Amino acid sequence: MSPALLLPGLILPLVAAPVSFLLGRRALPWLPWLVALMVAGCLCGLAAPLLSEGELFLHLGNWEPPLGLRWRFDGLVWGMIAATTLVCLAVAVYADGYVPNRGRRGRWLGFWPVLFFLWGALNSLFLAGDIFNIYVTLELVSLAAVALVTLDGRPQALAAGMRYLLLALVGSLCYLLGIALLYASFGVLDAALLAERLQPGMTASLAMALLGVGLFLKTALFPVHGWLPAAHGEAPAPASALLSSLVVMGSLYVLLRLWLELFGAVLTPGLRQFVAVLGAAAVLWGSWLAMCQRRLKLVVAYSTVAQLGYPLLMVPLLETSGAAAAWSGGFYLLLSHALAKASMFLVAGVLLHAQGHDRIFQSRGFAGRYPMSVFAFGLAALTLLALPPSGGFIGKWLLLEASFGSGQWWWGLVLLLGGLLAAGYVFRVLVPIFGDAGHRHLEAVPLRMELAALSLAVGSVVLGLVAGAPVRALQAVVLP
Amino acid sequence: MSWGGLAPLVILLSSLVPALLIFFLDESRVRLRNGLNLGGAVLKVSVVGVMLWGVYRGWRFQLSWELLPGVSFLLRIDSLSLLFMTLSAVLWLLTTIYAIGYLADRPHNRRFFGFFCLCVAATVGISMAGNLFTLFIFYELLTLSTYPMVVHRGDNASLRAGAVYLAYTLTGSMAVLAGTVWLYALVGPVDFVEQGGILVAAPEQRASLTLILALLIGGFSVKAALVPLHGWLPRAMAAPAPVSALLHAVAVVKAGAFGILRVVYDLYGAELAHQLGVLAVLLAFAAATIVYGSVRALFQTDIKRRLAYSTVSQVSYILLGTALFGSVATVGALVHLVHQGVMKITMFFCAGAVAETLGVHRVDELDGTGPRMPWTMTAFTIAALAMIGLPPFAGFISKWYLGVGALEAGAAWVVGVLLLSSLLNAAYFLPMLYRAWFKAPPAAWPQEATTPGSWEAPPSLVLPPALTAFFSLAFGVLAGTAISPLQWAQFIAALEYAP
Amino acid sequence: MSGLSFALAGAVLFALALHAVFARHHLLRKIIACNVAASGVFMILVGMSSGGSDGRADAVPQALVLTGIVISVSLTAFLLSLLRRLASGGGAARLPEDER
Repeated sequence: MSPALLLPGLILPLVAAPVSFLLGRRALPWLPWLVALMVAGCLCGLAAPLLSEGELFLHLGNWEPPLGLRWRFDGLVWGMIAATTLVCLAVAVYADGYVPNRGRRGRWLGFWPVLFFLWGALNSLFLAGDIFNIYVTLELVSLAAVALVTLDGRPQALAAGMRYLLLALVGSLCYLLGIALLYASFGVLDAALLAERLQPGMTASLAMALLGVGLFLKTALFPVHGWLPAAHGEAPAPASALLSSLVVMGSLYVLLRLWLELFGAVLTPGLRQFVAVLGAAAVLWGSWLAMCQRRLKLVVAYSTVAQLGYPLLMVPLLETSGAAAAWSGGFYLLLSHALAKASMFLVAGVLLHAQGHDRIFQSRGFAGRYPMSVFAFGLAALTLLALPPSGGFIGKWLLLEASFGSGQWWWGLVLLLGGLLAAGYVFRVLVPIFGDAGHRHLEAVPLRMELAALSLAVGSVVLGLVAGAPVRALQAVVLP
Repeated sequence: MSWGGLAPLVILLSSLVPALLIFFLDESRVRLRNGLNLGGAVLKVSVVGVMLWGVYRGWRFQLSWELLPGVSFLLRIDSLSLLFMTLSAVLWLLTTIYAIGYLADRPHNRRFFGFFCLCVAATVGISMAGNLFTLFIFYELLTLSTYPMVVHRGDNASLRAGAVYLAYTLTGSMAVLAGTVWLYALVGPVDFVEQGGILVAAPEQRASLTLILALLIGGFSVKAALVPLHGWLPRAMAAPAPVSALLHAVAVVKAGAFGILRVVYDLYGAELAHQLGVLAVLLAFAAATIVYGSVRALFQTDIKRRLAYSTVSQVSYILLGTALFGSVATVGALVHLVHQGVMKITMFFCAGAVAETLGVHRVDELDGTGPRMPWTMTAFTIAALAMIGLPPFAGFISKWYLGVGALEAGAAWVVGVLLLSSLLNAAYFLPMLYRAWFKAPPAAWPQEATTPGSWEAPPSLVLPPALTAFFSLAFGVLAGTAISPLQWAQFIAALEYAP
Repeated sequence: MSGLSFALAGAVLFALALHAVFARHHLLRKIIACNVAASGVFMILVGMSSGGSDGRADAVPQALVLTGIVISVSLTAFLLSLLRRLASGGGAARLPEDER
């Protein structure tokens, strides 16, 4: 049996979505575990062939490109799907204990089908090897994401979701326009074939810009990051965790892969510097705004804006001697951020659950009552601060090595400064949490919520302890 | 992994495991918590004892783990690491005893002792770090684990102190990180070996290597409280006494000084470091710090702040000895690392005991404390005299070697700095001793604790300073014997300057 | 040449609609503008691929447009239902930042 036949197992969550819709409460708690185990099993089965072959393809319906669609699977995709599975499972476990603000559990049951839908959509997005297939899966992801934002039906959440959907729609139209240009000029949609045929020129530049604008909008990269904090801040905590870790990771992944693999020749050194300038601006401006927030969820949401800037810093470094380090560092940072950020939002949910609001300066005593959650928050924060031992540190170390090694030391300064600013907003949160509770009453929180948050945080630290093999696997991916 | 690789792991885990356990213990499990703390400390001291014996006979203990392609996490025990590790292990044991007595019946002890253990794990990790990457990891761990102790009291003063502390130390760490990564990018992974020597200053790399050395030394100087990077230290006095004791004597400031020692001797090698010219700048800053710290100490009325400025001044002796080329000055630097730790921790122990028992916080409140608390104030007196540098105390040994080293290196003016500093030390310590012993006690102490026992203070507050005071005396008197820190420092210096 | 003119008209349509998405405040207008923009993109897709040298149209873009229309319809449905809930909850069919 060809190992590529395991690939369809990865989009199993798409099947689970209607099942969980039909079964309702009866699907809990076993269905998420079952799906996660099956996906994990497929990933394990794929690991060995991946190591020996480097890249696997599956031609859907046995149609060969250029007409047929195909899936591409390599080390990077493996990492993305593994992180997605981990986060989705933890969030599913967490959400079982979570009661949204209004306490309407009936509506909350809608969460699981959307979760599975998002999960499957993300996995198929990572697998897609065809720019139009990417468009379709991106739309699925956006649809699920907006549904998550608006799930608890409060007017603020509805407004945030509306704004998000409109911008996402504009983004996808830009992306679609880019596809139209590419197809009209080069006649193929398959990414690998397109990369061979693409000629630098007016059309290619315009298409690149359109794809870029679309994906910048969807990822909420500086300067079009405005919609993100409201959407991620207003969503219910488990939904925020998915949005802030996985959804943005998906579109950023597409952006980086398409730009670097298709348009390597179009991206002039000047343009590359410009992209990294946008990334640096995201880091600095996002961190600054995170420091100005008074609500925990908004702090975490703005920190997402900041953290998404780091992977862009790899763009100018890929043309230098530090290419391998920059490539693996940027994506390692993205993966670790996914785990850490999900954990932080889950902790924010515990805080909301315990005291009914998430205003930082009225959260004294939280640490005394919920040490495990605060411990999880601290561990996850290591990745944001890029302190050892954490996956974030490894990613940043690699990026720093690339930037100092290639002589573009100014990006190294941005990385270091970003870490300091992150310390600013993280400690601003931690200090009041450690204060004395006095006689405040804190509600009890189901243990599984705390455990889910902790396991993701531990995951982000483990990424920092066993970085050797994953980084090698990332560097083995064919560099653009 | 051989048995030799296990030793560093045991030393690290003997404080890491208690730390994690304590975090998950309930606040009320006092006996178990204390047992874990003391058990870990005793275990560590005994393993370190075995190491001392082994390393002296030429054994090496090493443990490495490849973290990234080409970047490994390396723990290695050599003579220099043992110098610092022995100091931390012994003083940690004493500080644990002291802290258990000092903090009894206060809230948040779980948090305190957890981070306390973590802080020691970081310190021994720094001492065992076999390359710059590992050193940085533990250096950061130290920053993070000391912050909660600085803000332990939770009042506004300590929170502000904590913010200042973080701002200074994290910025310093970033400089260290930048230097480390740059060095890795420039020459690849470099392990610490005696005399350095792996780095070869090719003419085109000279500028980069100089800048990297400056970044590393600058970064480590923040924790070593070199003027003008010392601002965090006096503010951090808001912390409880055991924290100040540990912060000043062992953990933080010494970690900075030790980092500089490692980089200068075992990464660049003394010779290359001198050729690059960075050490001349360090010498000037260290000399300025010594004088500046002493002058500022003279004008402090708060006991702990006076001691803090004295630390600023005294730690720079180590940097001074490092910045002078020559084995005698190196011996001075290394031996002062130990001597300053023992002397300064005594003084902080005593200051804490006096504050705790009598409520005395200011210098002018010290009147008559000597007869009231004879054990404590005797220990304080010994430490103060040692600090001033009177023979036969430990401080004298340090200053003697530094002075001779300065003459050997042809920097006679440094002897003037040392003399001036000793005079200033005398000027701010002697009045304290005079007040304590020769002035009449006040009618009522500021805030006297009701001690149930017959002793002047709980034994756990009296015994540790008595012991460290004894060390400050013994290290001077017995300097010529085989078991003194001086001998060990000479052993290391001989390795660093071996032809 | 008709293909090119379709494409150009589509581009103009897209630009106008994009402007409307940001300039109009009423959400219904924004949603309609989105649909117009989508139609513009579809026109470009069809226009740029029709009329090859042999005069026959390429089937792939038409398949893409069909898929695109399905997606656009479902997104519009989602947007409209959101709008309805927003309006029935808060009474205004505008986003907070567009309120006067």
